Amino acid sequence: MRVIVPISVGGWVRLFSRWDVLAVLLILGFLVFLAEASRHLFEPLTELQSQPLSLDPRNLPEYSARTTLRMLIAMALSLVFTFTYATLAARNKYAEKLLVPLLDILQSVPILGFISITVVFFMALAPGRVLGAEFAAIFAIFTSQAWNMAFSFYQSLRTVPAELEEAARNFRLTTWMRFWRLDVPFAMPQLIWNMMMSMSGSWFFVVASEAISVGNTTVTLPGVGSYIALAIEQRDLHAVLWAIAAMLVVILIYDQVLFRPLVAWADRFRFEQEAGGIPPRSWVFDVLRRSGIIERLTRPFAEWWRSTMRPQPSAMAAPSKPAPKRRNGWVTYLSAVSAFVIALFLLWQVASFFMQEIGLADVGTTLLLGLATLARVVVLIAIASVIWVPIGVWVGTRPRAANMIQPVAQFLAAFPANLLFPIVVSIIVAWNLSPNIWLSPLMILGTQWYILFNVIAGASAIPAELRACGANLRVRGWLWWRRIALPAVFPYYVTGAITASGGSWNASIVAEVASWGDVHLHAYGLGAYIAHQTDVGDFHRIVLGIAVMSLFVVVVNRTFWRPLYAYAERKFRLG
Amino acid sequence: MALLDIHALRQSFPRADGGEHLVLDGVELALTEGQIVGLLGRTGSGKSTLLRLIAGLAQPSGGSVTYLGNPVNGPAPGIAMVFQSFALFPWLTVLENVQLGLEALGLPEPEIRKRALAAIDLIGLDGYESAYPRELSGGMRQRVGFARALVVHPNILLMDEPFSALDVLTAETLRTDFLELWGEGKLPIKGVILVTHNIEEAVLMCDRILLFSTNPGRIISEIPVDLKQPRNRLDAQFHDLVEKIYVAMTARKQSPVAVADRVATIDTMLPRVSANLLSGLIETLAVAPFNGKADLPVLADELHLELDELFPVSESLQMLHFAEIEGGDIKLTDIGKQFAEFGMDDRKKLFQRQLLAYVPLATHIRRVLQERANHSAPKSRFLDELEDHMSIEDAEHTLRAVIAWGRYAEVFAYDDDSGAFSLENPS
Repeated sequence: MRVIVPISVGGWVRLFSRWDVLAVLLILGFLVFLAEASRHLFEPLTELQSQPLSLDPRNLPEYSARTTLRMLIAMALSLVFTFTYATLAARNKYAEKLLVPLLDILQSVPILGFISITVVFFMALAPGRVLGAEFAAIFAIFTSQAWNMAFSFYQSLRTVPAELEEAARNFRLTTWMRFWRLDVPFAMPQLIWNMMMSMSGSWFFVVASEAISVGNTTVTLPGVGSYIALAIEQRDLHAVLWAIAAMLVVILIYDQVLFRPLVAWADRFRFEQEAGGIPPRSWVFDVLRRSGIIERLTRPFAEWWRSTMRPQPSAMAAPSKPAPKRRNGWVTYLSAVSAFVIALFLLWQVASFFMQEIGLADVGTTLLLGLATLARVVVLIAIASVIWVPIGVWVGTRPRAANMIQPVAQFLAAFPANLLFPIVVSIIVAWNLSPNIWLSPLMILGTQWYILFNVIAGASAIPAELRACGANLRVRGWLWWRRIALPAVFPYYVTGAITASGGSWNASIVAEVASWGDVHLHAYGLGAYIAHQTDVGDFHRIVLGIAVMSLFVVVVNRTFWRPLYAYAERKFRLG
Repeated sequence: MALLDIHALRQSFPRADGGEHLVLDGVELALTEGQIVGLLGRTGSGKSTLLRLIAGLAQPSGGSVTYLGNPVNGPAPGIAMVFQSFALFPWLTVLENVQLGLEALGLPEPEIRKRALAAIDLIGLDGYESAYPRELSGGMRQRVGFARALVVHPNILLMDEPFSALDVLTAETLRTDFLELWGEGKLPIKGVILVTHNIEEAVLMCDRILLFSTNPGRIISEIPVDLKQPRNRLDAQFHDLVEKIYVAMTARKQSPVAVADRVATIDTMLPRVSANLLSGLIETLAVAPFNGKADLPVLADELHLELDELFPVSESLQMLHFAEIEGGDIKLTDIGKQFAEFGMDDRKKLFQRQLLAYVPLATHIRRVLQERANHSAPKSRFLDELEDHMSIEDAEHTLRAVIAWGRYAEVFAYDDDSGAFSLENPS
């Protein structure tokens, strides 16, 4: 199964449309609104931790449980968001015009940007303060999960096979019934895959989402992330190792108890009719299914669920509605005018927000910083490609190795950069290295694995006949790579590299600054800028940094990755 | 009262240049109780579109579809469909697939179960209730498709080439089983509309056959079938009917296939037929038992080709003047016979001559390339030109067809990466 590329790469015909402009303005407007709101709420919030965090490893089970719970709640919210937002985007062609670019730009907004802006807002929202902080943390995790899930679901809804859709209409399924019987099952395998990716993503940012510090507001929620943050602050190497162990255990449990059963269960939703390949297995799923416990426990619920799908008698009697006629010109005209007015209003709001504090010099600075981070991303992706493509091909052409590597890489993708701070910072300080260069590898720490995943998938998808033919013609060495392996994995590689590049931008906020105890290192880059402004609590510059970073991501996606992706799909797609 | 009345039905889609692309035109059809009506035609004759209009899955551009006195303007209860690709929900078991339509009707649970099991029993799926579609063979899958459609007790059953995705033997079994149940009055349906491009299938199953022309789809002829069920393919009357349909479909006047009647112009749609297939048919025709002339039904039988496959090839031969078609027969011309005797290089030369003489689009492309200083032109130049006269897909198809022929005849070269036509061949 492959990762889905962002909309700015996969979807559009035109490079930029006026809907993009509106989407940008809406998001900026929303951030500005939150930032404004937060600024005024700033002062009263100072102290909220009743009980300080402890580095005693005996607390780790409880912390892990709390982190796990947060991630689950965020996952549930992400699912709700996915089902509503993506469905609206796929079903309503007027909403689609705005919602899709909106999602694309949301995807490019750095996850930590959301936290910086929203934390104060959320904490003011709930009177019991810890609850507010929990809201903020869960929202932060949500932002690291929701976008790619929603996009995957939208893609699936758009590609529901025409004949199944016709069958559903021919048998007059109600909208609700159709959604649960056709749309959701069809989208399920792809969606679960994206949920797993999202989970990795939220682990990567676990420190940032639990140990939040914006200006004078400091929140440390009990959890694995805060534990890591504290361990780093106190230079406690043992605690760091304990945290790694705890994370490993939790991720393993997640994998065994949640995702593997889900994958095994979702196998029935595969649309391909042929019974090819080995079906995924899960012992938890087998046990649950054989015992029948789940079935007995969920029966009342299942019955109620089915009854919601039963059409009301009144609805049956009503004559079917005629198909909507084409809209009149003036409706389109009116909506265009209102969109324009909204855009103007937002523009004015955003502009006046920036005018208060920010000059052209600031914009210039952030653009330069963005270029520095861009240079890092480009170099890192290139290096990661040189390393992982050959390894991926090697592994992918050996199914046994592929099965072993996959879960390991998945764990590594979830590995937060913060956990490597002790090593990296010590080395840089000891050998007096430049942080500008040597902090960079942290950026690609979690995202390089997407290149590996995809290349493995691509290499294992090379048809056996093609490989046999290569062997038969005695194609070996460099010629084999040039003519067989590299072209075959190219489309997969591009998809992986796109994900890795987007993720590296995101990671730059945690990776361009590193600390170990009281040693703080900065690199020159946009990520460090946003991190710094968050520390200081300068909302104008946080929003500016986020906006510039999103701009970089979207522009790179549309001008570089999209043509490359289209080329790869056209030229090298097998079958 | 007729079950279904169709009057002056028309379907068209907007074209790139602002005109409209007509798919169906002036269709009149009445379905009375107890009848199986066949819609026979080739790809592009709009017969599947017609079926979807009847099912209420699409809205016509003009005319009306009336079902039991009421206009159809959405999926109507009492009209069920069997799909070419089965359209089973892969995540539902056989039983759940069959129950789906009943659940949508809002029936009580016990009733749903009873009726679903009865339908499964009737259609011969006993024992497969808990199987998933992917575990079943094609024939069994289509049985589920039938059970799912029948279980809602529709008045009209629509069948969209239901046997064409099955192998010959399975299709035959399924057809026989269906006709048996229908003949014994065991099916809870009152009328059937069957879309097919298989002439024998139509004669085997239908009480009435409507022949469709292509581009746009119009009914060109209505053929009643008065043979008693069960029908026998070896029967002389059966054979005559098949022959009669072939003749009707290849007739010179108002023919669906007689492209060469009108002299081909630049905007004539070209079928996508490979040069290999053309040579193959010429060779087959040239030798015994045909010796230059063949009866189309016999040829179709011999080569195991269906209407959709045989007609484009024979039509292309006719267009290139390698053969002539008349009265259900195909006959090689002298040039065709010559072609059969030539070796590879001479064949290419001959093909080039015919292509330039009778396919104006090929001539046009070559002339444009010659006139240009760099002897090259982008694909879009010709695509745009074609799109003024036909739908986008047809234009793409036609251009692909002429590229394939042009490459074989070495009339011009085409590079798919850059989308450019040129006169040079890579050397």
